[in-house]
Amino acid sequence: MEFTTVWFILIAVLWIGYFCLEGFDFGVGMLLPVLARDDRERRLMINTIGPVWDGNEVWLLTAGGATFAAFPEWYATLFSGFYLPLLLILLALIVRGLAFEYRHQRPEAAWHSWWDRAIVVGSYVPAFLWGVAFANIVRGVPIDETKDFTGTIFTLLNPVGLLGGLVTLFLFLIHGAMFVALKTDGDIRHRARVLSAKLGLVAAVVAVVFLVWAQLHTGDAWSAVLFGVAAVALVGGIAAAYVGREGWGFIGTFVCIVLAVAGLFVALFPDVMPSTTDPAFSLTTTNASATAYTLKVMTWVAVIFMPLVLLYQSWTYWIFRKRISVHHISDHHEPEPVS
Amino acid sequence: MDSILDIARWQFGIITVYHFLFVPLTIGLTALVAFMETLWLRTKNPEWLRLTKFFAKLMLINFAIGVVTGIVQEFQFGMNWSDYSRFVGDVFGAPLAVEALLAFFLESTFLGLWIFGWDKLPRRLHCACMWIVHFGTLVSSWFILAANSWMQHPVGYIYNPETGRAELTDFWAVMFNKVQLATFPHVILAAYMTGAAFVLGVSAWLYVSKRHQTDRSTYRMGIRLGAWVVLIAGLGVTISGDYQGKIMTDVQPMKMAAAEALYDTEDSCAPFSIFTIGTPDGQSEKFAVTVPCLLSFLATGHFDGKVEGINDLRAQYQEKFGQDPGARYYDPSGNYSPIIPVTYWSFRYMIGFGMAAAFLSALILFLTRKGRAPTTKWFGRMAIAAPILMLLGNSAGWIFTEMGRQPWVVFGLMNTSNGVSPGVSTTEAWISLISLTVLYGVLAVVEVGLILRFSKRGLDPFEEPPDPTLGGSDDDRPLAFAY
Ligand code: HDD
Ligand code: HEM
Ligand code: HEM
Repeated sequence: MEFTTVWFILIAVLWIGYFCLEGFDFGVGMLLPVLARDDRERRLMINTIGPVWDGNEVWLLTAGGATFAAFPEWYATLFSGFYLPLLLILLALIVRGLAFEYRHQRPEAAWHSWWDRAIVVGSYVPAFLWGVAFANIVRGVPIDETKDFTGTIFTLLNPVGLLGGLVTLFLFLIHGAMFVALKTDGDIRHRARVLSAKLGLVAAVVAVVFLVWAQLHTGDAWSAVLFGVAAVALVGGIAAAYVGREGWGFIGTFVCIVLAVAGLFVALFPDVMPSTTDPAFSLTTTNASATAYTLKVMTWVAVIFMPLVLLYQSWTYWIFRKRISVHHISDHHEPEPVS
Repeated sequence: MDSILDIARWQFGIITVYHFLFVPLTIGLTALVAFMETLWLRTKNPEWLRLTKFFAKLMLINFAIGVVTGIVQEFQFGMNWSDYSRFVGDVFGAPLAVEALLAFFLESTFLGLWIFGWDKLPRRLHCACMWIVHFGTLVSSWFILAANSWMQHPVGYIYNPETGRAELTDFWAVMFNKVQLATFPHVILAAYMTGAAFVLGVSAWLYVSKRHQTDRSTYRMGIRLGAWVVLIAGLGVTISGDYQGKIMTDVQPMKMAAAEALYDTEDSCAPFSIFTIGTPDGQSEKFAVTVPCLLSFLATGHFDGKVEGINDLRAQYQEKFGQDPGARYYDPSGNYSPIIPVTYWSFRYMIGFGMAAAFLSALILFLTRKGRAPTTKWFGRMAIAAPILMLLGNSAGWIFTEMGRQPWVVFGLMNTSNGVSPGVSTTEAWISLISLTVLYGVLAVVEVGLILRFSKRGLDPFEEPPDPTLGGSDDDRPLAFAY
């Protein structure tokens, strides 16, 4: 196989990892005001992702870095072209990440509610905008012969882009709800499961409409299979949640995200960013790539270290595998300093 | 400031210097916290555990900002510097990708384990997690500094006229660039100084406070440990900095001349300037206070070495790079030199602030020798200056390094003005600059507030951490740590 194809696959894997893992982090964040009834439950929800959210976010950093190294032209066109949405995502990720670390540092209720807002907004914004960005990549955007994006922010806010945004938003919502049901015990576990089944209906509808569009737009036989199984997994997962099996429900949304993103990359190949101006200007795995030498070096690094990363990340999930419930969260808030 | 170039440069400078306020503290404090936890395990002295927990808390508040500001770093090359990214991506992207894969995963995963793992991991393993985090920061620094060193001194590549970009030919040459070999120890040792100065400053401040009298002996441990590390690392910073100066004279002679505001070549015994004022056109000097021959020694290792001046170098660069106006390395202003007052003063501030911090630590070691310790307020105030001096010194060092490379973004290969994104509008760039700067400003207030709050609170009472290897694990017990 060509190195460029290997790296196209690896970058797809990194984005898949990112959406599966940070997807439920976003879901937990978005559902904070919906599922939690009091401060203790909010803390409970935050603690389900506390030890892992940062490690999950590194999938994004690695995807970004790998795109820079393997497809510099793609990195340059994508990030300078999708400038404002990306800026919004960055601002959101900043306040959201800090909120997890800073929320518990002071006892005042006002302090908590400010950081809670940061978590909620900081989760909704990227959950929606990543979908907009990916839908536009698959749909194609105006790119000129120097490989520069020539549209504006409004070019990206087309119906397909917005639909893509809703798909990731709803998928992450139910993915997060399933995760809360899986990681907690007590009343909130029940509520999370019921909510995921309810929201599942909306998620299933928008996701299927979007996948059908993507299949008709650029799909081939392989993407059709992937999209088909993704839809089945989603419906199966929702059904499992409905009958009280949140473990299977989580596996369902997880598999759905894996296969749907994989299908989008399959449909995209060999383009990485199709041009709507002229198909000849499209960025492809060959005209956007780094040299074979760079890709070879990077392949060695990835082959050696990706398994290691997977190993120790899985180990953390194993260490923190126990369900937690409100009585695991002590009352103890940082006391006022005696002055 | 109406060109995208100016906006992008201001953004890069602000965002990166800001990121690097937190980075050296993180590198230094993870090492010191891991060291303190190791001392606790070794000596069983509970005071080391109290210090571990206290400084870990402050470290984590700081680490969080380091992480979130790092995300912006990763993406702003593509956003504001897309032509730069296209030109160098083949060489420059690889270290960035490898950094994320090797270092960021390690740091974030093991830090999560450390924070939440007090009741889940055996004690040695828990302590090892912090060492692994520290190792992760070193790996991260290695790769990012290799990328930066390549911009200072491009090696291991060829220019491909067909694709119009720099292409990697030797990865190891990039990893072991001679500039990298000098820069890495310099930056890391300066980071150890910074972390240790922080431990020193906070400990001394609490030491003199009446409220914390009962814990004086513990704070004294922090003072002594911090001061020793600042001094030893400071020695290393001086040695590595001196070596770096010689490499710099070799690969970027203009930067050395600009650091010194040396306008005319000195054939031997070039003086080191302590204070120089040049004419506004940057062509000659008006007034200077100097130490004879010291510059020759810094630049070449001999008191009678020859040091080239700005004017001669400028003529050489105009000859070499000024012939082809279409080329990426061509400087339209024809000036080929950085802004002299900036390089000149930032170089002095770097050395001055850093050495002042080292001097302070020596003084504090002397004042606290053999069980002695002054308890007046000024002792605490003086000590708290050490970390502030270090942060200023670090920033000045980077401003010097990066501004001294101008007009190029990649030395001799690409003019900074050719690196910006052609498709980004000034409105977009302004939105980005303003929103990030305002957000960073707010975060700075929040972070400093928290650091002060937890510093003032001082050490928590000793509490034996749960030991999961002792069995009897009680599933209903509250988590040892929860957000
Ligand atoms: C000398 C060391 C050094 C230098 C020059 C830089 N950084 Fe940095 N960076 C670190 C040392 C570091 C660190 C100590 O390793 C940090 C601080 C907190 C952390 O997680 O790692 C970090 C964090 C950090 C993160 C977040 C990692 C996470 O989420 O865990 C990113 C994406 C970057 N950096 C990227 C960059 C880029 C693109 C830089 C260049 C412009 C840069 N850093 C300069
Ligand atoms: C972390 C410490 C660093 C600091 C504090 C720093 C600071 C700066 C400063 C002050 C400038 C000059 C801005 C100007 O001339 O207007 C600059 C330029 C630049 N630096 Fe760094 N830098 C750091 C590390 C790096 C690293 C590691 C890289 C690459 C990986 C890098 C890439 C660049 C680029 C691309 C520019 C050109 C943009 C410009 O000229 O403004 N910097 N940096
Ligand atoms: C006598 C003492 C010192 C000397 C001779 C010295 C020398 C240098 C030189 C020549 C450079 C530029 C390297 C280049 O452009 O490639 C540099 C950069 C730098 N210095 Fe120092 N330095 C000294 C002390 C310090 C201190 C005390 C600090 C910390 C506060 C510090 C922090 C830095 C930083 C962060 C950089 C930028 C990163 C780099 O490229 O190395 N330096 N130093």
